[in-house]
Amino acid sequence: MTQRDVAKILNARFMDASQDFDREAVNFCGADMMSEALAFSHENTTLLTGLCNPQVIRTAEMLDVHALVFVRGKTPTPEMLEMAKEKDIVVMCTDETMYNACGKIYHAIHEGE
Amino acid sequence: MAGPIVLTYDVQDGEFQHVGEASSSVKKELRMLGVSPEALRRISVALYEGEVNMVIHAHGGKITVEITPEEVRMILDDVGPGIPDVEKAMQAGWSTAPEEIRNLGFGAGMGLPNMKANTDIMEIDTRVGEGTKITMTVKL
Repeated sequence: MTQRDVAKILNARFMDASQDFDREAVNFCGADMMSEALAFSHENTTLLTGLCNPQVIRTAEMLDVHALVFVRGKTPTPEMLEMAKEKDIVVMCTDETMYNACGKIYHAIHEGE
Repeated sequence: MAGPIVLTYDVQDGEFQHVGEASSSVKKELRMLGVSPEALRRISVALYEGEVNMVIHAHGGKITVEITPEEVRMILDDVGPGIPDVEKAMQAGWSTAPEEIRNLGFGAGMGLPNMKANTDIMEIDTRVGEGTKITMTVKL
């Protein structure tokens, strides 16, 4: 599954057209508390979150998160997008709730099992 | 024989929106030195958690990172209020963080346990009313 596939599943829009959307999405983590993301995330992770502040980008950087999905219609500021671009973190936004977004991705990964 | 590479940073009080700049700088330096991705991630998470704690609880402090081919040693030194009960503070979920910090996505009580989980050695030297010094080591 690529980041482009993730965006399609979540009806999400990419926030910076210059980024690489064909990168593989391997692991997923859904968290509104960055403390939880720091405790439980794995390498090569796409992080779904409804929290929207610059510390989300910093946390993603520390964890080597490859992509951020802002759920519940949250939109990062230009400052956050600039930070994410510097750290090569793909950013997308969806109106889906956390529950629905995680469920859709889980279903897409495990469909047919 | 060359000694360790030493990096030092001052962490300012009240700068929560910008916290993590020291950790980010250390990560960049270690990546250039060729530290493995796995060790780099552990060091980054532990140091970032420590830096966040410094701002949330201790009103800033000083971070020193000593790098040798064998290990990375991180020393976080503050003159904050100290930790009254270290055993309790090490319990996952226990936190004294104020509401505004929780609204920013931190203060879930995972910081110290997470620092310990990502390091090989962690020592806490704390005195109530004087400050806290945390030393963490990650073997390379």
